[in-house]
Amino acid sequence: MAAKCQIPIRRVGSYGYAFADPLVEVKTAGAPTILYGLVDEEAAAAIVYQHVGQGKLLDGHIIGSRQRGKTIDGPVTAILVRDSSRDEGDKTEFFKESIHAELTEHGLADTVQVVSALDLGIYDEGLTVQLLPSGVTYTNVLSRDITRLVTESVQKQEVLDHLLYSSPDLQERIVLRNCGIIDPESLDDALRHDSYKGFVRALTEQSPEQVIDTVKTSGLRGRGGAGFPTGVKWELTRKPEADRKFVICNADEGDPGAFMDRSVLEGDPHAVLEGLMLAAFAIGACKGYFYIRAEYPLAVKRIQKAIDQTRERGLLGENILGSGWSFDAAIRLGAGAFVCGEETALIASIEGRRGSPEPRPPYPSVQGLWGKPTSINNVETLAAVPWIVAKGGEAYARFGTEKSKGTKVFAVTGKVLNAQLVEVPMGTSVRDIIFGICGGAQDAVPIKGVQTGGPSGGIIPEPYLDTPITYENLSELGSIMGSGGMLVMNENDCMVDVAAFYLKFCVDESCGKCAPCRAGGYQMLQLLQKIAKGRGEPGDLDLIRRICKAMQCASLCGLGQTAPNPVLSSLRFFEDEFLAYIEGGTSYARKLKKARAEGRNLKDVV
Amino acid sequence: MNNTVLPPLRDLEPEVQQEIDECVERWSDQEGNLIMILHEIQNHHGYVPREASLLLAEKTGVPLARIYEVLTFYHYFRLVPQGKHQITVCNGTACYLKGSARLLSELENRLEIKEGETTDDRLFHLETVRCIGCCGMAPAVVVDGTTVGKVATTDIAGIIEKIHIQEETNE
Ligand SMILES: Cc1cc2nc3c(=O)[nH]c(=O)nc-3n(C[C@H](O)[C@H](O)[C@H](O)COP(=O)(O)O)c2cc1C
Ligand code: FES
Repeated sequence: MAAKCQIPIRRVGSYGYAFADPLVEVKTAGAPTILYGLVDEEAAAAIVYQHVGQGKLLDGHIIGSRQRGKTIDGPVTAILVRDSSRDEGDKTEFFKESIHAELTEHGLADTVQVVSALDLGIYDEGLTVQLLPSGVTYTNVLSRDITRLVTESVQKQEVLDHLLYSSPDLQERIVLRNCGIIDPESLDDALRHDSYKGFVRALTEQSPEQVIDTVKTSGLRGRGGAGFPTGVKWELTRKPEADRKFVICNADEGDPGAFMDRSVLEGDPHAVLEGLMLAAFAIGACKGYFYIRAEYPLAVKRIQKAIDQTRERGLLGENILGSGWSFDAAIRLGAGAFVCGEETALIASIEGRRGSPEPRPPYPSVQGLWGKPTSINNVETLAAVPWIVAKGGEAYARFGTEKSKGTKVFAVTGKVLNAQLVEVPMGTSVRDIIFGICGGAQDAVPIKGVQTGGPSGGIIPEPYLDTPITYENLSELGSIMGSGGMLVMNENDCMVDVAAFYLKFCVDESCGKCAPCRAGGYQMLQLLQKIAKGRGEPGDLDLIRRICKAMQCASLCGLGQTAPNPVLSSLRFFEDEFLAYIEGGTSYARKLKKARAEGRNLKDVV
Repeated sequence: MNNTVLPPLRDLEPEVQQEIDECVERWSDQEGNLIMILHEIQNHHGYVPREASLLLAEKTGVPLARIYEVLTFYHYFRLVPQGKHQITVCNGTACYLKGSARLLSELENRLEIKEGETTDDRLFHLETVRCIGCCGMAPAVVVDGTTVGKVATTDIAGIIEKIHIQEETNE
C-alpha cells in the first residue's frame, strides 16, 4: 500500500486524440512515455497491475510515440506492432507471433516484449513496427525482414535503413502546445510550462504598441472564421478614446461538428486567459469576458479556476504585479443560440438581452460592449498569442503561406478512421490531414468530400483534396476556413440531405430579425425537402440559386449571409445528385431513404 | 417549447424566495446580469419557474416581458419542469452523419414520446442538442449529464433499462 502513495496521478486536459479517448499516459523514469487509448475500467486496472506493477506493456491499447527515433542507443525493451494497411485485413497478430518466435530463438523473449499497438499515427505503410525506447520505426515490414529485425536491430542495435520510416511529422503544435501535457487545473503546472512568461515580459518590458507590432509581424489572423488580422483589430480598438474598453473571448463554438475551442479551453485554459490578458494590455482594456457555451460545463469550470488562481497570485485584478495596470476577467454563459457567436449578437447577450445582431458598422472595435470599444477574439486566436509574444512574431510567421501564416487547428470527424484534433501549418493539403494524419476513410467506403466551415462553409470534393489550406484557396472553392471543423463525408452520404441538414440548422437558428434570412431560408428549405422527397421540379434549382443570392446580399448578419454556402457548394459540385432526385421522382427518393436507414451502400442501390 | 402549457402559478416557498434574493444580491453590481441569474435559477430547479420570473421582475425592475423575451430566445432555458432523467441526443453534423436520427427514433419508440417531451410518469425527458463538442465519439448521447459516445441503436434499450433498474433499487 505504501507504494500507492509514491506514484503521483496527474490529470491533464484533452490530448486531441478523440478517436481513442479516454487516454492514460504512463511516465517511468528512464523509460519512454507510453500513451494508452480507449482505456476503460478494465484497461485502467490492467495498466496499474501490469505496467506500473510489473513493467509490462498492455496489449492493444498503446498509441505509439509520435516522436520517431533515428538511432538505437540502448537495449530494445519493447516492440510495438501494427498493420497499417488499408484493406488487406489485420496481420498484426501474425507478425507479433513471428517476432516473438524469432526473439525466443535468440533467447531474447524475456527481455523484449512484443505488443500490438492501437494506432501508431502511420497509415497505408503496411506492417509497421516501432522499437522502444528509441522510437525507431519501420514500415512495410515483410515476414522475411523479421530475422534481421531481431539479429541486427535488437541484438546489435543497428538501424535497418531500408525499412526506416522518417517522414517528418505533419503536425506543428503551437495552440495545442500544452494540451495533454499540463494539468489544466493547476497554475503551478502551467507556470512550469512557461505560461504567463510572455505576459509578464510584455507587462514589465514592453509597451502595448510593441505587443501589437509583434502580433502584426506574426501575421496572425482571426481563427473564429473571417480571418481578420488580429494585430489590426487590436490597433483599431486601441485608437479610440474611451473611459472603458473591453476584450471578449468568443468561446461560443456554435459550429456543429467542431470541438477545437472546447479542447483548448479544457486542455490549456491558462493559454487562453494569458492571450486575453495580452489583448487587454495591448488595447488598454479594463475588463475581459469569456463567453462560453453552457453546454461546455468542464470548460466553464476550468476557465473559472484559471481566473481564480491567477487573481490569487496577483496576475489578475488591481495593480497587476505592481505595474499600476488593472484588469479583471469574468465568465458569461451562452444559452444555446448559434447566432450569439456573431459579434454584435454576442455583445447583446453579454449585456443580458436576446442575441439579435445589429448592422455593422459601427464595428465593436469602435462601439461594442455598452457602447465602448471592444475587441472580440476567438479561443484559438487568443491561445496562439502568448506563444507569439514569447517567441516573437517572426517565429510564428515562419509557418504557413504568404497570406495565411502560422498554424491552424482542425477538428476532423465524420467518416474518417481516426477523428481527432490536428494542428498543422497553413498550406497543408486537406488530403495530408485526412489521409496522412487521420488515416483516411472509415469502413473502406471511398471519401466523397470534406465539409469545412460548418453551416457557413462548403464542401471540398475528393478531386480537390490536394488544395493547400489557406483562407484564399478555400473561398475560391466556395467554402471557408471557418472555425476549423472538417467533416469527412463518404459515398453513402447524400448531398441533398446534407445541404438540407445545414440549411435547417441555419433556419432554426435564425434570429428572425431580417426577412431575407427568416423567409428566404425557410422557403429554400421547403424546396430542398421537396427535392429530397422526389417531388422536385426542373425549375427548382434555379429558384434555389436565386434565393441564395438574395440571402447573401441582403441578410443582416453573417448567419444569413453565409447560410446558402453549403447549398451552393453542393449544387456546384454535386448537381447531378439533385437532378437525380428530380428526375427519379418519389420511388427513387424512397429507395435511397430506405437504403440509408438500413445503412446499406448507396452505390449498390443506384 | 412555445406551445407547451405552463403549469399553474404557485406561491413560492420562502426558501426559494430567499434563494432568488441571494442570487439577485450576488449579481447586483454586475452589468448585464439577467442571463446569469436565469442560469442560476435553472441550474437549481431544472427549469425557470414562472413564479421565479415574476419575483425576479419585481426584484430587479426588469419588465417580465423582457425576461420572457430572453427566456424564449435561448434554447437552453426551459419553462416547464423536465423529467427526472434527461436523455439528450446530439444532432450536430458529425453525429447526424453517423446516424443520430436512428438513435432518436429508437428512443422515441421505446419511450413512446417525441423529442422535447417528457414521459407521463415524468421519469424521462428526451431532447436533442446541436453538437456537444464530443464529435470524435459520434454519435453521442448525454444521459443525465454523462456523455456516452459511439452509441449504436442496439445500446438504447440498455441505457433505458439501466435507469429503470436504478429507480427500482432506489425505492
Ligand atoms: C452566425 C455566426 C456564428 C459565429 N460563431 C462563432 C463562434 O462560435 N466562435 C467564434 O470564435 N467566432 C464565431 N463567429 C465569428 C465571430 O463573429 C468573430 O468574427 C470572431 O469571434 C472574431 O474573432 P477572431 O478575429 O479571433 O476570429 C461567428 C460568426 C457568425 C456570423
Ligand atoms: S456532432 Fe455530436 S458531438 Fe459534435
